[in-house]
Amino acid sequence: MYRYFLAVILALWQALAYADLTIEITEGVQGAIPVAIVPFHAPDEGAPLPEDIGATVAADLARSGRFRILPEQDMLSRPSSGAEVDFHDWRTLGQDALVVGRVQPNGSGGYLVQFQLFDVLRGEQVVAYNVPSTARGLRLTAHQIADIIYEKLTGTPGVFASRIAYITEERGRDGVRRVTLKVSDADGYHPQTIVSSTEPLMSPAWSPDGRRLAYVSFEGKRQSVYIQEVLTGKRERVAAYEGINSAPAWSPDGRRLALVLSREGNPEIYVLNLGSRALTRITRNLAIDTEPAWSPDGGTLVFTSDRGGTPQIYQVSASGGEPRRVTFDGTYNARASYAPDGRSLTLVTRRGGAFRIGLLNLASGALQELTGGPLDESPSFAPNGSMIIYGAKVGGRGELSAVSADGRMRQRIVVDAGDVREPAWSPLSK
Amino acid sequence: MKAQFVRILTLVIPLLLLGGCSSTPSKDEDKAGVGAGASVETRGAGERGWRGERGERGTGAGEEADTSSVHGHGAWASASLDDPNSPLATRTILFDFDSSNIRSDFVEVLRAHAGYLAAHSTVQVTLEGHGDERGTREYNLALGERRAHAVKQFLMAEGVGGDQLREISYGEERPVDPGQNEDAWARNRRVELVY
Repeated sequence: MYRYFLAVILALWQALAYADLTIEITEGVQGAIPVAIVPFHAPDEGAPLPEDIGATVAADLARSGRFRILPEQDMLSRPSSGAEVDFHDWRTLGQDALVVGRVQPNGSGGYLVQFQLFDVLRGEQVVAYNVPSTARGLRLTAHQIADIIYEKLTGTPGVFASRIAYITEERGRDGVRRVTLKVSDADGYHPQTIVSSTEPLMSPAWSPDGRRLAYVSFEGKRQSVYIQEVLTGKRERVAAYEGINSAPAWSPDGRRLALVLSREGNPEIYVLNLGSRALTRITRNLAIDTEPAWSPDGGTLVFTSDRGGTPQIYQVSASGGEPRRVTFDGTYNARASYAPDGRSLTLVTRRGGAFRIGLLNLASGALQELTGGPLDESPSFAPNGSMIIYGAKVGGRGELSAVSADGRMRQRIVVDAGDVREPAWSPLSK
Repeated sequence: MKAQFVRILTLVIPLLLLGGCSSTPSKDEDKAGVGAGASVETRGAGERGWRGERGERGTGAGEEADTSSVHGHGAWASASLDDPNSPLATRTILFDFDSSNIRSDFVEVLRAHAGYLAAHSTVQVTLEGHGDERGTREYNLALGERRAHAVKQFLMAEGVGGDQLREISYGEERPVDPGQNEDAWARNRRVELVY
């Protein structure tokens, strides 16, 4: 009994030590696909595996809200390959799909992970993979397997192997506030510090190849826009003009950066060509123009402007031209960004005094509220369009949440380190 | 606390003796009266000093500001940024929701700062603009700049040189009050004058 408690405490401690973020599902979704994931068969000899692949796959799929995972204790058998599968066992348990797998050392310190996905009702294999991996890479392999299963069963690419960037702020024991830009796996594991400062940091933005982050730093008591390589930490300052330098947004081809500069008197949208460093001014208006975002085809920018009196969303050609207003509901609509299919925008909308995450259908103009507020902000689409991650204020502290694009499912992402805000979902990993 | 009290005395006593910026006896009484009742949180010039809103201070400062407009900027030549009884000790200008208009209850304080800056043309001040947490961060960054800019334009209209004034916005990134209520938000909608 004592040993059991010790094991539980050690396991929790291990979990806390690894994860800055843990994810709770607050509302489930109907029509979840029942799937069984048999614990992957581990090597009979040698050291225990550093990673429980089956458990990570199960956690990923459960977190999407689209699957109902069979508890391990309900399993009638534990096959590790197709030859051992008796579909009757799984039909009895009401499962639609079955995942089995095994991990074997491949001789040079690495591993070979084999898995198979079965359609239980048809009694057929859907897909089988052999994935070479390493001790350190096993968790990523588990995420990649979850992505494959997700895509086969839902028709949509998975995002479990992707990453998120976010900003945290903490007051240290010396009373000094420290702001940090971090990158972690989409499930919150392996947080990595990109940059840390005693001055504010804002607006992290992923390059389309997922290798760089643009962000705004207030170091030196002024704003500058930096581009930093995630892997090497090498960074370059790309904008440090008089006044505001902020809101960086990468074009889909990675060659241009939309920015907000107030060097000519008030905040305007500019496009910086990263190759030639030529700066093109896009908006020309005495109002505040800010928060640019690119359409997936790179031809259009949406942005926030209060030229009509209060903040609303406008569209303009990426090469400049006459902006066209696209939001007409309510008196505050801001921070719009495109869904990956280009057909809708997520944004912040104020309704009934509360700031909520909304979804605007570009064809119909209908604006749907996805969250309740009261202080929701910074929405960012997952690269498969299935979910939107955003910042919320709960009990005076910032934390991250995610809502499905149809608004039916919400997840709270619990952080145990300070104030968390401004999430940015990476592109699909390549 | 004791050290601060001693500091108050060492500043107040010379003022009572010298008569401060003007020589009318009633003004000394005014200063002494307000000074004795005031809570003091100032720090030296060059450091970041701030206070809350001080309505009654505004009235006193108004008289001094009128005096300075009569006597010209020379009236501010001997003023000290360290003086906790001076309107210059008020370094935080508050704003109404969604507005960058200078409120009437801060006009006299800003006139005092304008007078001081005009009389000391080598002194520089940074105008830090802020907003409350509602709404999006980048839009609030722009609102903070609008407020800092409004203060800059006011000061320049009162005769301050543009090269003495620096603007920066912090948007909602540096609140003085982390509360999620109207009072906290009102305290965060501000421009700070940082000498």
